[in-house]
This record gives sequence, C-alpha cells and structure tokens, in this order.
Amino acid sequence: MRNTFINSLINCADKTDIVLIVGDLGFSVIEPFQKKFPDLFINAGVAEQNMMGLAAGLASEGVRPFVYSIANFPTFRCAEQVRNDVAYHNLPVVIVSVGGGLSYGNMGYSHHAVQDFSLMRSMPNMRIFAPGDPVELNKGFDKLIEYDGPTYLRLGRGGEDNIHSSLNSTIYPGTIIKVVDKQSSRLVLSTGASLKYAVSENYAFFEKDYDVASMPIWGMDLKQEAYNSLKLYSEIIVIEDHLVDGGFGSWILESFNQFSENDTSIKLLGLDPKVTNMVGDQDYLNKVGWSL
Amino acid sequence: MFLSSKKINSSEDFSVHLRGLSLQMVNAANSSHIGGVLSMADVISVLYHSVLNIDKSNYEHPDRDRFILSKGHCCAGIYAALMIKGILSREQLITYGKNDSSLMAHISHKVPGVEFSTGALGHGLPFGVGKALFSKMHKCDWKTFVMLSDGEMDEGSNWEALLFASHHKLENLTCIVDFNNLQSLDTIEKTLNLEPLDKKLESFGFDVILINGHDHNQILQAFNKKSVGKPKIIIAKTVKGKGVDYMENEVLWHYKPPNDEELRNALKQIGY
Repeated sequence: MRNTFINSLINCADKTDIVLIVGDLGFSVIEPFQKKFPDLFINAGVAEQNMMGLAAGLASEGVRPFVYSIANFPTFRCAEQVRNDVAYHNLPVVIVSVGGGLSYGNMGYSHHAVQDFSLMRSMPNMRIFAPGDPVELNKGFDKLIEYDGPTYLRLGRGGEDNIHSSLNSTIYPGTIIKVVDKQSSRLVLSTGASLKYAVSENYAFFEKDYDVASMPIWGMDLKQEAYNSLKLYSEIIVIEDHLVDGGFGSWILESFNQFSENDTSIKLLGLDPKVTNMVGDQDYLNKVGWSL
Repeated sequence: MFLSSKKINSSEDFSVHLRGLSLQMVNAANSSHIGGVLSMADVISVLYHSVLNIDKSNYEHPDRDRFILSKGHCCAGIYAALMIKGILSREQLITYGKNDSSLMAHISHKVPGVEFSTGALGHGLPFGVGKALFSKMHKCDWKTFVMLSDGEMDEGSNWEALLFASHHKLENLTCIVDFNNLQSLDTIEKTLNLEPLDKKLESFGFDVILINGHDHNQILQAFNKKSVGKPKIIIAKTVKGKGVDYMENEVLWHYKPPNDEELRNALKQIGY
C-alpha cells in the first residue's frame, strides 16, 4: 500500500501543485519521489506540530501538501494543529498515516493507531480515506486530489495483497464498493485494511450468506450518502481495525440514527481496549481483540 | 464608538487611533486582553503604517505581505488597524464580540484582511513558516511577519518552527516577540524563564534585534534592516498596558475590560 501511495503521488506531481512533507520517516518508501522531485520533498524532522502548521501555511497559498508519518504521529501528536490550522481553515492538506490500526501490532501501544478514526472524524471538513487494498488506493486517489479540503489517508504497513482483482467503477465518497455480491439482505461492511477480514474464510461470514462491501471514503459530511448506500440491507455487521468507541461503526450508527426510519440491525465488530495492553501482529490482535 | 478627528500623518498618530479604538472595543464587548493590545500597539502601528504593503485595494492580492497574529487574544488591535486602513468599516468594528459577528475575540480568518485564525498559542509561527517557505520556493517578493507574545515562547511548537526557519534560511520571515514581561499570572522570570532570549535565538541561527518596542524609530529601523541568509526576530521590550497609567504592568488588565469611567480616563491619557 505504501508503494502504491508513492507511485500515485509521483504520477500526479506533474499535474498538481503538491509537496511531500515527511516527519523524518519513510525509509525505503519515499526515495523514488525524493529522487524525481527533490524540490517538492521536505523532511520536517521529528517535529510534528511544526510539520502540520507549516503544511497548513503552504496549503493556504494553493499547494496541496501530503504530510507523511507513522501511526499516531501526524494525528494525535499534532491534534490541535490538525484541528485549528488545517480543518478549521478547510485547507487541502492530506495527512498520511502509515501503520493504521494494528498493522504495527508488535511495536506496542505507541504505534497502535486504534483511535485515529475517532479523532479525525470529529473534525468538520475532514474526509477519511481508508483504502481496503492497493486497488482501492489507486482508484480513489483521483477523488482525494479532487477534494478541496483536508483528508486523512490511513494506510497499512506495506505488503498488503490485492483483494479486488480489478475495480472498474469510480469510488464515490460515502458509498460502498461491493466485494461479494450474493443479492443478500445482510452485509459485512468494512473500511480500511479490515477488508481482508471481511472476506476471510476464517470468519465464516460466507456461510451465513452475507454480502461483503468496503467503504473507503467517509467523513462527517457524508452520512446521508452512507445511509442511502446501505438502506436496503436489514442487517449490517461493521468491522474495523479500531476501537469500537468513536470509530467507523459508530459513524455508521450515527448515519442511521439521523436518516433511517427502519429497524436495521447494526452490529459493531471492532477492537476491545484489552488489545492496547497486548503484543502481537495485526492478525493475531484483531482475532483476539474483536468485541462482538 | 466615536472616531477621533485627528489626522494620521505618522505611525505615532496611527498608534493613538489604534489604542483609542481598541479600548472602546473591549469596553463595549466586555472582553479581555487590552493589556497585551496596548503593549504591541506601537509595533503594529509601524507595521501597518510604514512596512506592510497592505491597503484596502490589495489585501487579497497575491503579492501582498502576510501578517499573522500568533497572540490571537489581542485581535482587537488588529481589527482596529484594519479599520484605520479602510479594510474594515466602523459598522463592522462595533460588532466586535457581539452575537453573530465574525469579529470574535480571538483573531479570525473570517474577517477581511486577516490571514489566519489563532487563539491557541504556538500556532502562528509554524503557519507563517509555511507561508515563508512557499514564498521562497516560488521566488516571490512578498514577506511574512509573525507577531508572538513572550509567554507564548513557552510553546515547544515555536522552537520546532525556529529550527525549521533557520535550517531553511527563511530570510523573508520576520518574527516579533512582544516582550511585555507579563504572562497570564505573573512575570516571565517567575513563570518559566526565557532569558537570555536573544542569545537563545541567536544560537538558533536568527538575526536577533533587541529594541524598545514603543520607540517608533527603533521599530522602523529594525523592520528595515536586511537580514541575509537567515530569518529575523525582533525582541520588542514593551510595557503591558502601555499608555494608560493604571493598566501599565498590571496583570489584572490581561482580563478586565475598562468600565465607562475608566475608558474616558484612558482615552484622555492616550490623547485620543
């Protein structure tokens, strides 16, 4: 996913006024961009507050900065800069977090990005783009560039497999992409890298005749679209690589609470806080940590 | 709110108007922070009268200079300056702090002529660094000015930004520290000692200029001095509440607005 990101960025650098700002991270990922566009590459050092503030300053002059760092560093470490400087001023900064969810699972709690959705979705103007696989990232990149406001791009750690063999249709913000279509009234819905669990045979969703879908682009202003996209289902299981509290599933519940008049069954399958005290890889922690 | 009939022929005249308008605004809105407005009033007056290439015809022009107030709680002084420059009207100014006004009591980018909203300290300098970096990358002629408070220099984000500005040799960036030596509760040295601030900033690679922040000649000279290959920072030694004797060096006026009688007294003292 990280390499897909850098390649997408390289492809758009000729057409769009972008800069790549890194927080002294990105070894073995960012070098192709740095080599091809040395004047558009800035290493801001280990100083996230300034990194985010200066990205806002650049964006206010018409540049689209991509601010790249790991896990909680470009979000929680500089949360007030994201809130006040970027989101409040509605500036088109793309905040790129590598290692979303538990993909740095064995690195410990400092690297567990399991509250990032909760923080970022609470900010007006902020869009979330959590691709389920490299195909979604590649396909959704144009939408990310089109959006004239801030985006939180949540990536995995790298080496993710493609789940979609191909994707012909456009990814519309706030709408689902079906991965398994059995014409069912029941759906397993995921965002981000949890898509691999949604389609996994380990979790026996197939046996129960569920459709499976991904919603990679969402955010505060997209609840109506989300509801419209999901209203035909009578039962939805939402899975995510994030604590249940304040995550994607909570956002889906809010969407239905605001717009639905039907009794749709919505169950949230996210992480229990016990994983924050555990060591393990992403698959292990997701397996033992799910709180359904 | 009444307007003085005094003509503005100098930055000193400008500062009388700025102080007079600001005092009336905080009185009418029952708002805080007049002490820090009065301490920076002379630097702001020199900036808007003699330095920034901003007027009512070009305040959105791409070639304008950029001014950022990082001590956003002192916005009354900037709104007043924008009215003196003709960018805001009297009708807009009298809404300060009132329901439905865009002139909130921490500086707002929703107000014409304001580049950036602040209010949480330690945000203006990193943002200004981004603007200065843009100007340098795109070989623009415009400059960036950031006004900071002394207490605000406690914020780590400012020191991150100082490192960055120096590393990237942003000579188109001018910072001003309004050093009135009074923070929210007490003096600098009794809160978190910054001194020797000039030596610290020099060691960070800045061109440091120490001035009396109420002497308009010194202020103008400091702005006009060209810094080569490094960013500039002006430490303006000032008096909180400057110009109104009962406000000077009193932490109370970080919070309290003048009542009507105190306002009349203050306006008389500043010669409005």
